[in-house]
Amino acid sequence: MPTVSVAALCLLTIVLPAQQLSSAPPYTVVTRDARRPLAARVLGGQEMFALDDLARLFSLTIREDAAAGGITVTSGSQSVVLSLQQPLASVAGRMISLPAAAVREGRAVYVPVDFVSRALAPIYTQRIDLRKPSRLLLVGDVRLPRIAARVEPLGSLTRVTLDVAPSTPHTVSQDGQRLLVRFDADALDAADLRASTTTDTLLNVHVGDAPQVVAIDLGPKFASFRAADQPGPAGSTRIVIDLVAQTEAPAQPGAAQPGAAQPGAQPPGAAQPGVALPQPTPPLPEPPPVLDLPPAGGLRTIVIDAGHGGDDAGARGVQGVLEKDVTLGVARRLKAALEARLGVRVLLTRDADQTVLSDQRAALANNNKADLFISLHANASVRPNVSGAQVFYLNLAGYGDEAQRASQVRADSLPVLGGGSREIEITPWEMAQASHIEQSAAFARDVEAALRARVPMSPRALQQAPLRVLVGANMPAILVEVGFLTNAQQEKRLAGEAEQNLIVQALVDGILRYRGATQGTPLDDGRGRR
Amino acid sequence: MDRRRLVTAALVVFGLFAAWVLFIGLPRWYSKRQASAAPATSAAAAAPAAGAPVRKITATLYYVAEDGMALVPSQREVPFAASVPEQARAIVEAQIAPTAPPIVSAIPPDVKLRDVYVTERGDAFVDLSGEIATKHPGGSLGEIFTVYTIVNALTVNLPAISRVQILVDGKEVDTLAGHVDLRHPLAKSLEWIVHDSH
Repeated sequence: MPTVSVAALCLLTIVLPAQQLSSAPPYTVVTRDARRPLAARVLGGQEMFALDDLARLFSLTIREDAAAGGITVTSGSQSVVLSLQQPLASVAGRMISLPAAAVREGRAVYVPVDFVSRALAPIYTQRIDLRKPSRLLLVGDVRLPRIAARVEPLGSLTRVTLDVAPSTPHTVSQDGQRLLVRFDADALDAADLRASTTTDTLLNVHVGDAPQVVAIDLGPKFASFRAADQPGPAGSTRIVIDLVAQTEAPAQPGAAQPGAAQPGAQPPGAAQPGVALPQPTPPLPEPPPVLDLPPAGGLRTIVIDAGHGGDDAGARGVQGVLEKDVTLGVARRLKAALEARLGVRVLLTRDADQTVLSDQRAALANNNKADLFISLHANASVRPNVSGAQVFYLNLAGYGDEAQRASQVRADSLPVLGGGSREIEITPWEMAQASHIEQSAAFARDVEAALRARVPMSPRALQQAPLRVLVGANMPAILVEVGFLTNAQQEKRLAGEAEQNLIVQALVDGILRYRGATQGTPLDDGRGRR
Repeated sequence: MDRRRLVTAALVVFGLFAAWVLFIGLPRWYSKRQASAAPATSAAAAAPAAGAPVRKITATLYYVAEDGMALVPSQREVPFAASVPEQARAIVEAQIAPTAPPIVSAIPPDVKLRDVYVTERGDAFVDLSGEIATKHPGGSLGEIFTVYTIVNALTVNLPAISRVQILVDGKEVDTLAGHVDLRHPLAKSLEWIVHDSH
């Protein structure tokens, strides 16, 4: 009977829960051999993957504990325990948070996409790299460098800068009206690659015919090019390609320089007369030469970290002075003063208004085997009367047992080829500062005393705190708050040259004091490095 | 025949009504009841129901000292809750509530508490809204005060909580404003506390 079927239909629509399901564009799983889509859907405003899809993809075992309301996801011998109630998961015993709790829809369970990077990646045997902006999920040893391009017209030159992260071997060559940058990679992560502007010598930048090639379409006025590599931040490379335009007078058709143009690969004399010659790139500004013998006291390299930068302005004064500008100003002056007076190599974590991650700051010091690390900051308080400089070093108490263990050198035995074993010392990288706390405290005391002689100090001038930028530094490290920008008087002074020079003078004095105190003894106990 | 039709129609109407009651009416009524019951416990501090006295406990909360160089403990009444996570929630709610001068809080204005989780090991995860970072004035000292206001308010008042990790908008963060390492739960620190009660 029709009425009955209509009623049944009504019943059905009422009973079925209104699902807030909507699908999102799929992610692409990239392995060494294949690419395949992985469906994602939006549930409760969060992008999610079906746990079953992940299980198939990564050969996971999924076991549900109905009583505890949890799901155990096992990969090999390690497991993740997921909660259906809270946005938390226990990954091999360690608690992590997720943007949302797992969601059950019928028989399927959905997990936020970050589950893959935060929970699965730490326990999976192969590398997993989730790149949300480009909707890629890399599994295993896939070489897929990110490429970003920038185009700047510089008079008769057009400069194309390609930022490549991580660094990847490449060649630059000309192919008719195109330059091809060929990378030694499986493919490129270059979804938005395009030229921001066009010139007489450049029409476009895009991914070429092969997936590992960037093509630069040349304009009608193109004559020749030169290419050079520069190191970029955090293990990336910057490829700078200058496109030279034809000069008006001697029109030289076909003047383009053929062949590979790896920097330095061009044999001298290979140029034909009248052809715009690819000039060797002007050498990058080199750091001052490092002496073979360390100067007395063992100070060779100092890394100065100008706090904040780029999008992160740091503290803001009442009259609008920004912390990132004060720290950069002091850092540049300090670098010049230290190089001139101590003859040491000084590196800045940034020499422009740019964003630098915390890990990159300490890593620059570690990778350059710096002897001292000084992070410069300017302070802020909700009380506008607060003023004065403060010197901080790391406080390990907040880190609990992990740090206490790290502060004691742990020796592990490793078997050596040919029999026997060798003792090696192990300090967790993340806790590198733990074995330098005493030197850092001494360094902080010396700098505090030197500052006190020249600038107004806070009533609590020497302090310890669990500071993010210091914890990974594998050398004596301090953070100096040069004053309070929230204090109108101090803000005005900190922005000025006179006060910045006083601070620099005091910091140089402090470093000299520390060098003097450690003269004759190694600056550092040398554990774990050198 | 007509009668049979009438009976069928009546049955269908009744069936529809019963389904509505069962799947929509009842859940709606029930959830309304729960919703009205919930604020009675958590928002009691703001508006205690007339006649029905709400149980309170005295908790130590922290504010920035007048000289700006320390946190000052202050005894406040907060609603009692039966479980540790609920009590933790009530304490954080009271701690992040707006203050009137001369009391100054190290917590930026408009910060909302999203949730509190407590693990069996005594680690509390306090999930705060993005304003805790975006409206933070910055500076090492200012950030230390903000972080230890929350850490101490929980660890001092609730012995079951030994460490606290602050999450922002549900996510683990490096820092609030570039200084204090928030990647691990932090233990109580009385180093920044002075002992002269308001």
